[in-house]
Amino acid sequence: MIPGSEQIIEITYIVAAVLFIFSLKWLSSPASARRGVLAGEIGMALAIAGTLLYRGIVDYKWLAIALVLGAIIGVPLGNVGMTAVPQRTALSHAFGALCVTLVGTAEFYLRAPHIQPFMMSVLSLEVILGGLTVTGSLMAAGKLQEILPQRPITYKGQNFVNLAVLAAAIGIAVYLVLHPEAMYLYPFMVGIALVFGVMLIVPIGGADMPTVISLLNAYAGLSAAAMGFVLNSKLLIVAGALDGASGFILSVNMSKAMNRSFTNVLFGAFGQVQTAAAGAAETRTARSATAEEAASILSAANKVVIVPGYGMAVAQAQHKVRELYDALTKRGVDVKFGIHPVAGRMPGHMNVLLAEADIPYDKLMDMEEANPDFPQTDVALIIGANDVTNPAARTDTGSPIYGMPILDVDKARTVMVIKRSMNPGFAGIDNPLYYLDNTLMLFGDAKAFVGSILRELSGGGAHG
Amino acid sequence: MNKADLINSLYVFILAAFIGFEVIRRVSPLLHTPLMSLTNALDAIAVVGAIILAGEHKTTLSTVLGTIAIVAATSNVVGGFIITDRMLRMFKPSGTKKP
Repeated sequence: MIPGSEQIIEITYIVAAVLFIFSLKWLSSPASARRGVLAGEIGMALAIAGTLLYRGIVDYKWLAIALVLGAIIGVPLGNVGMTAVPQRTALSHAFGALCVTLVGTAEFYLRAPHIQPFMMSVLSLEVILGGLTVTGSLMAAGKLQEILPQRPITYKGQNFVNLAVLAAAIGIAVYLVLHPEAMYLYPFMVGIALVFGVMLIVPIGGADMPTVISLLNAYAGLSAAAMGFVLNSKLLIVAGALDGASGFILSVNMSKAMNRSFTNVLFGAFGQVQTAAAGAAETRTARSATAEEAASILSAANKVVIVPGYGMAVAQAQHKVRELYDALTKRGVDVKFGIHPVAGRMPGHMNVLLAEADIPYDKLMDMEEANPDFPQTDVALIIGANDVTNPAARTDTGSPIYGMPILDVDKARTVMVIKRSMNPGFAGIDNPLYYLDNTLMLFGDAKAFVGSILRELSGGGAHG
Repeated sequence: MNKADLINSLYVFILAAFIGFEVIRRVSPLLHTPLMSLTNALDAIAVVGAIILAGEHKTTLSTVLGTIAIVAATSNVVGGFIITDRMLRMFKPSGTKKP
């Protein structure tokens, strides 16, 4: 077609790789982040345009249809509500891994039985990681969308069975590396990887989702990098390595925040620690307060830190919380938000939900910023969060969450907890925070209770 | 892939992984959700492999698989960039007037 088009393609790929790196670099701050998206878009457009110049392409009709169809599917997936972002993300990991697995499969049948051992190794890595990510991510998306039962399903020897299944897939891969002519084995290898993906997610519950999504992200990235080795595409290797690094960093963050060792997470053994002790129901008394009392304490405070959890999102209370933020800020109260890394259903989810409710991002503190603040805080207001505030994680060596980093809300002068009842949270662990002398329980639905605090605040303002 | 290609690819992978770690470590936890959707969109660059596979028309199987792969990856490109930008538009500093 065009003379020298090979060089043009290579140049677009190099420029795209550079733009991708800048794209992530600019994401480091909210001020430059949108420029990062633009850089990514330009890089992507260049690389796709460059690829279309490839002279080996004999038919453009199906390419055009596929590109348009993909765009038609992509637009609604880009416009889901912010509470649905975790399942959308899981679904997109599945799509990315599907692409990688299909291309790997096609390459296998184009090249077999003449495949070098190294090539067969990376191809196997590509389709095993890709395959398990496809079904694993679909399962995760199904659980998050509540199509599938969210309860973790565990049975005795589950880890052993899972590892045995994975070992079977790897065993076939090794055999194919040595004997690529045994082509009939290939479908079994992919099939087992697909089954393994399902088995990996079966024992996972909702609160473990941030870790799982990060891990699937890392797998998706690594499988794409492996595809880059197979196709000898440096651009794909770069993009896969960036995605893999991101998923890896997030997985490590999440496993630290959940107090799981990273090896524990890597082998998919999560979801099992939870079954420990729910015991010892002593008769301790918790003090409760009304909306009126809560409102007067809040309006008398200088500094308030709100600690939101997934419960806030479930109750759709974020907009009411924004109104509370506005009302208190107007009275000169310094209001900030303390956000635990695993609040929400994926890393950073809570920040997005609060940003959507128009809370300025400089008021959102992560755990490292928030914890030194609590001793100078008048009121810590906890909305829909539980385990991430449990002081037993610091002190009680017998607690299943002992060692998990928490938000030190108990160090605030007054702690207020909006909660439906005294029932323990997701993990079934008793929270001694609720029985502290400086804790007030505000019983009710998060949205409704914040609403009544707001009414009291405006009423009080009229009188005073 | 010959030996030189392989070594080159390994270099590229290792260097890119290092750059990735250094760059992504600096992304504030505030933006971890957009980070994931953006890397997901960038990862869908796999679409270029699928385009070549489908476009070359070597066998019916490779064309069909390649075409499906293009659809899957393109939906990630389009959806990933749209949602990342939507999320980032919502992050505003104090003092910005609300719409």
